[in-house]
Amino acid sequence: MTTVSQCFQNLRDNGKCALIPFLTAGDPDLDTTAQALKRLDRAGADLIELGVPYSDPLADGPVIQDAATRALKRGVKLGNVLEVAETVGKELQAPIVLFSYYNPIHYQGIDAFLTRISQAGVKGLVIPDIPLEEAEQVLNPAKEHGIEVTLLVAPTSPKERITAIAQKSQGFIYLVSVTGVTGTRTEVGTRVKELLPLIRSVTDKPVCVGFGVSQPEHAQQIKQWGADGVIAGSAFVRRLAEADSQQAGLQELETFCRSLKAAI
Amino acid sequence: MTVSSVSASSQFQYPDAKGRFGEFGGKYVPETLIPALSELEQAYLGIRRDPKFQKQLAQLLQDYVGRPTPLYFAERLSEYYAQPDGSTPQIYLKREDLNHTGAHKINNAIAQVLLACKMGKKRIIAETGAGQHGVATATVCACFGLECVIYMGVQDMERQALNVFRMRLMGAKVEPVEAGNGTLKDATSQSIRDWVTNVETTHYILGSVAGPHPYPMMVRDFHGVIGEETRRQCQQRWGGVPDILLACVGGGSNAMGLFSEFVSDPAIRLIGVEAGGEGIDSPKHAATLTRGTPGVLHGAMSYLLQDDQGQVTEAHSISAGLDYPGVGPEHSYLKDSGRAEYYSVTDAEAVAAFQRLSRLEGIIPALETAHAFAYLETLCPQLQGSPKIVINCSGRGDKDVQTVATYLEQQEKQ
Repeated sequence: MTTVSQCFQNLRDNGKCALIPFLTAGDPDLDTTAQALKRLDRAGADLIELGVPYSDPLADGPVIQDAATRALKRGVKLGNVLEVAETVGKELQAPIVLFSYYNPIHYQGIDAFLTRISQAGVKGLVIPDIPLEEAEQVLNPAKEHGIEVTLLVAPTSPKERITAIAQKSQGFIYLVSVTGVTGTRTEVGTRVKELLPLIRSVTDKPVCVGFGVSQPEHAQQIKQWGADGVIAGSAFVRRLAEADSQQAGLQELETFCRSLKAAI
Repeated sequence: MTVSSVSASSQFQYPDAKGRFGEFGGKYVPETLIPALSELEQAYLGIRRDPKFQKQLAQLLQDYVGRPTPLYFAERLSEYYAQPDGSTPQIYLKREDLNHTGAHKINNAIAQVLLACKMGKKRIIAETGAGQHGVATATVCACFGLECVIYMGVQDMERQALNVFRMRLMGAKVEPVEAGNGTLKDATSQSIRDWVTNVETTHYILGSVAGPHPYPMMVRDFHGVIGEETRRQCQQRWGGVPDILLACVGGGSNAMGLFSEFVSDPAIRLIGVEAGGEGIDSPKHAATLTRGTPGVLHGAMSYLLQDDQGQVTEAHSISAGLDYPGVGPEHSYLKDSGRAEYYSVTDAEAVAAFQRLSRLEGIIPALETAHAFAYLETLCPQLQGSPKIVINCSGRGDKDVQTVATYLEQQEKQ
């Protein structure tokens, strides 16, 4: 499997914008997650963000919060998530980026955590609830484990911080489109349009936009504004959660993924 | 002016510039909030030395809150703990329950709302457990004419229905939080989500010495008035300092408010009492310092109740205000450095103390506060001579009478 950086290099060489779907691992169950990863991969996902369920997901809106709560109630643990990543990951083109809140990482110890996820074939890591200052202690050891840690830029970040974050972020830069939590919204935050050129002016690393992306029109807009990738989460999670059956959910998921891909 | 509002003695102690109390504290929040926390820190450091702000705050604390609060000698309670050799501890109550709104919480709420006005924020949000911080925030928002949204867990709304009514009466919007067990942890998470979303127009009045820097420092300092008055009152009364300070600890704001003034007097014992719920060997308790391990919750590194996966576990206490799986980072630091001692008492012991103080002194304490009083049962028999104990009587218990009545009814049936 390619690294996150290699993946973006390939996309750039081919003049393509990345599609990055997000799934909450273990919702509605681990088998569905495993199958969903394969479906997304074949429906054009360039990278896949896999969310580790957490008890207090501060950066998430109701859809992903509920998905995490359900997964935890079913007893889903990091070990199960990594098992799926390891087994299914081998069959995927798209590298897996793990999305985990900080406390479970701290609890295990940063090195132990990185060792585990790296052994499972995970290529990237996003930690939504820590800023640059606290992320520093993860960034260096991550390199040794072959994991790229992507940092987030918010609409409230001033230019000096954006510069510092862009410099330290690995793989790509995650631009949060709105002040707020994850969840579908009716339109893309307009500040993305101003922030993208600002980030471009300080780095040549790829920039991907997420939070609130739920329609092909959003993806198209973000691409037009010049992003290297589009991240969509709640819109995918909801399709699996609300389906009448596993097969119907997977079908919905795949159709939606193709529609986003077609838009970019 | 006899009331001073920001603790001068604490300015040279912790936290450091990064908001760290040793390994604890810090700013573990999404990037979106970092500029707002920096803005808040700058604003706070500005008002700390601004005589105009301090004067305005002192005036409000005196005229609106009703400070200074009395230091009351609890004679009958002291006699109750007379030892076989005739010696008797001298127990004093710092009567924070006599503040406007019935608890210490308003010291912080009024100072933060003043700060919010200075920062030009028109919308205020807050979390609440027992409802005391929510009521204090709703009160000061009414007083300043600001929009106010209070997040409260659904379980807490049920057990603190009186406070829900009070908040609404004063024009606050009370938002029920259904996530998790519907308690303080969930209400705090939801407040942070609101803040992330509306950060440019909204100030978050965090109600404890918890959360990301600068909150633990700022909330401690705003409650520092409790300890400062205590020192002065002890000086007036017996020309000395107390031997032991006792306070309940959920997030730990009333305890820090009392302790911080005395932290640098090593001879004074500082004792925090946590909620032992149904027993600290059962899964149903909120004794974070006694049974937790370090981790990150709501923006700070501190002791935490968590499972073997690093998932935050649900706390339990009969007292909604102590029903929290985290604790302020400075308490974690004081525990590890050995400067303060932390113990726990059970729901049953707290209810017994609730009844005891009511009967012996005619003071109905909040269930949170009753935990501090319950620890006297363990502490007093261990004491030599007649040490002077100051207990932070942090809140009044009117809000809890229904909970206690129901609890006692159930005990009788068993």
